[in-house]
Amino acid sequence: MAGASDAASRVYVAPGAQDEFYTFMSGGFSGQIAVYGLPSGRLLKVIPVFSQNPENGYGYNTETKAMLNTSHGLIPWDDTHHPSLSQTAGMHDGRWIFINANNTPRFARIDLTTFETVETLEVPNTGGNHGAPFVTENTEYVIGATRFSVPIPQADVAIADFAKSFKGTISFVRADQPGKMDIAFQLLVPGFNYDLGRPGKGPSHGWAFFTTYNTEQAYTKLEVNASKNDYDYIAAVNWKTLEACMAQGKARQMPANYAHNTLDHNSHIASTEMKRSVNVLNPADCPNSIYYLPTPKSPHGVDIDPTGEYIVGGGKLATVIPVHSFSKMMKAIEAKAFEKEVEGIPVIRYDQVMAGEVQNPGLGPLHNEFDDKGCAYTSVFISSEIVKWCFNDFKVVDRVPTYYSIGHLMVPGGDTRKPYGKYVLALNKITKDRYLGTGPELAQAGQLYDISGAKMTLLLDFPMIGEPHYAQAIDAAMIRDKQVRFYKLTDNTHPWVARSEQETGITRRGKTVHVKMTAIRSHFAPDNVEGVQVGDTVLFHVTNLEQDWDVPHGFAAMGSWSDAELLVMPGQTKTLTWIPKFPGVYPFYCTDFCSALHQEMSGYVRVGPAGRSVVQ
Amino acid sequence: MLSRNSRILIGVAALSLIGLYFVPLWNINLAAPQYPEGLGMRIWLDAITGLKPNDLGSINNLNHYIGMKPIEPDSIPELRYMPVIVGLLVATGAAVALAGRRALAWIWLGAFVLLGIAGMIDFYRWGYDYGHDLDQENAIIKVPGMTYQPPLIGSKKLLNFTATSLPAAGAIIATLSLGLGVTALLIGRSRASVRQAESVQIPVLA
Repeated sequence: MAGASDAASRVYVAPGAQDEFYTFMSGGFSGQIAVYGLPSGRLLKVIPVFSQNPENGYGYNTETKAMLNTSHGLIPWDDTHHPSLSQTAGMHDGRWIFINANNTPRFARIDLTTFETVETLEVPNTGGNHGAPFVTENTEYVIGATRFSVPIPQADVAIADFAKSFKGTISFVRADQPGKMDIAFQLLVPGFNYDLGRPGKGPSHGWAFFTTYNTEQAYTKLEVNASKNDYDYIAAVNWKTLEACMAQGKARQMPANYAHNTLDHNSHIASTEMKRSVNVLNPADCPNSIYYLPTPKSPHGVDIDPTGEYIVGGGKLATVIPVHSFSKMMKAIEAKAFEKEVEGIPVIRYDQVMAGEVQNPGLGPLHNEFDDKGCAYTSVFISSEIVKWCFNDFKVVDRVPTYYSIGHLMVPGGDTRKPYGKYVLALNKITKDRYLGTGPELAQAGQLYDISGAKMTLLLDFPMIGEPHYAQAIDAAMIRDKQVRFYKLTDNTHPWVARSEQETGITRRGKTVHVKMTAIRSHFAPDNVEGVQVGDTVLFHVTNLEQDWDVPHGFAAMGSWSDAELLVMPGQTKTLTWIPKFPGVYPFYCTDFCSALHQEMSGYVRVGPAGRSVVQ
Repeated sequence: MLSRNSRILIGVAALSLIGLYFVPLWNINLAAPQYPEGLGMRIWLDAITGLKPNDLGSINNLNHYIGMKPIEPDSIPELRYMPVIVGLLVATGAAVALAGRRALAWIWLGAFVLLGIAGMIDFYRWGYDYGHDLDQENAIIKVPGMTYQPPLIGSKKLLNFTATSLPAAGAIIATLSLGLGVTALLIGRSRASVRQAESVQIPVLA
């Protein structure tokens, strides 16, 4: 057991020095992604993804609003769960990170050169996009699954008709082309709850595995009624077979309505395309595309070890950790060692697919990550601990408490072919007495453990934003040196860009007043705006003329009830919508302390009564 | 006449000046706490650029606080003349090497030295102008008695910036070229004087 001072020295990143890993934590119910450095646990940035962010105007201003568009309209909030780094050949490549929206099912792509959300895609025929968006080995697809089965297509049916009318889908979203995320196909599956998923790797590349619970098909009092079966399933889905069926025209083009939103790299304007159909495959029309592996007691996580051979379930009510073998599964399929069929889907015999059961794993095993030495780390929720066990004998070799009630856990590179095997991070739901109290609402937290030796050692404990549901970490060197420092003004294609102060001006179009404005240390141009009337909508199009690193300008106008503020990065144009209610003269100012004369960086907009002739 | 070796050296000296078209002559770097990534200017034969893309724009933006004129390469005529002048030096140097005439070599070298001195004076004059001719009306920061001329060579604290001005690869090439030219004539002279000494001594011994 290392002493406290020893632990401190192992996570100490001296002032001016930088962390070894970028860590992307889902914000959970914050709807965002938080970026932390490891091992220090320092917060580097919050990336707005699925929630409006008044801090920089994301989801409020006209440029970014469309990123939150759905078939239900603009949705200001969602619930992000599983950040997933893009991969090449089974390794994190540092191009993008994907994350799911759980509540109104969506996927997002974040560009890791700008740390901006650049694409979101809604998923139809899905209720609760929880088993998402894990990436396949070469980012061919991000996968998704419906946590809540729903009528497909949606219809007004009796909830008691669940077994008859409700279905699940498993979605494969094309992800290797930025700006071109697209639902390649959905597989229609029995109406269970599909919880989590992981694509295979190495020998199991081409397959994806999804846990199910509520195979009882309960629709009320699930905590009891969905916990009755001794075995639920892990669904093994062969997406290469699905691709072949697609190519053979076996898919049905199903009418649908879902939004695809993309951010233009040069204009920095997001736009929405509504899609009207989706390819749906039925297992009956695509034989050998899906099998069920019996797995004890409402499994939650399913994780594939670095070799691609082991499929580890997290039976959250089970007394063991079940480990399936991919090679045994392939032999069982070959030998047709099936115990039955469920809605035409073969169920492989448990003893024909199981490689081992880890005994005494604690209560409530949920998730697994892996190191580089053939061992797994399982988070155990109810007994609040991490247990370490190895594939050579499926025996628990170490366990450490977490504070408290761990959900996911994360080893940097832990879902790749070569995990770093240096740290494991516990992501906990409950903190109670761990930090200074802050009223009834307390921060959730993470604990960092050293796993380089035989015993796990607690190094650091730190609170985080929202719910750090899952995380992924990548060697800083993969991302650090390709950061965009500013946007080139010459590349800016915003329709209201002003590339110099000579291009600024005020234009009235009916009741809309466009103010083409520039910001540069330490003034706006124009800084006096007159001729606005009550009843007008003023659009301040602010271009940041700076072409230097770390010189954003902010823009806020008094009484801005219809928008937030703007944070405009160098070379960008952003628009604040301002609708004055009363005549008067109102100040506007730079909100990001930009320079020694930041306080001078301000101006006035004069508003006359409705109908007053324009004074300029 | 110049010796074969001297002619080769002058030829090399002249042709090496072609390098001036490909590397900067002078570096001016500005250091301040907010610029850990560095900020600076590169002065070329025909251009002034930033150490990084757009550094010149950043420097001009900073200079507006002290009322300094923006540095606009298009308004500096020397950047149009210098490539021609160096081109002439290369051509005439090569011609001298071919002709091998000692007197022409001296003239070439003399012109080279004079042009170098003139260049440095001109560079100083521009620095002086930018540093002193400040827009007192619109300057935001006015420190009584303060001027902002960067040093010709060396470092100087200018408000929060430490400006460091040093010769870059181009100036070093030019200096080496000049050195080769001088060496060429010295070699020539030493051989000549040896021969002269011999021709004087022989009669004495005889």
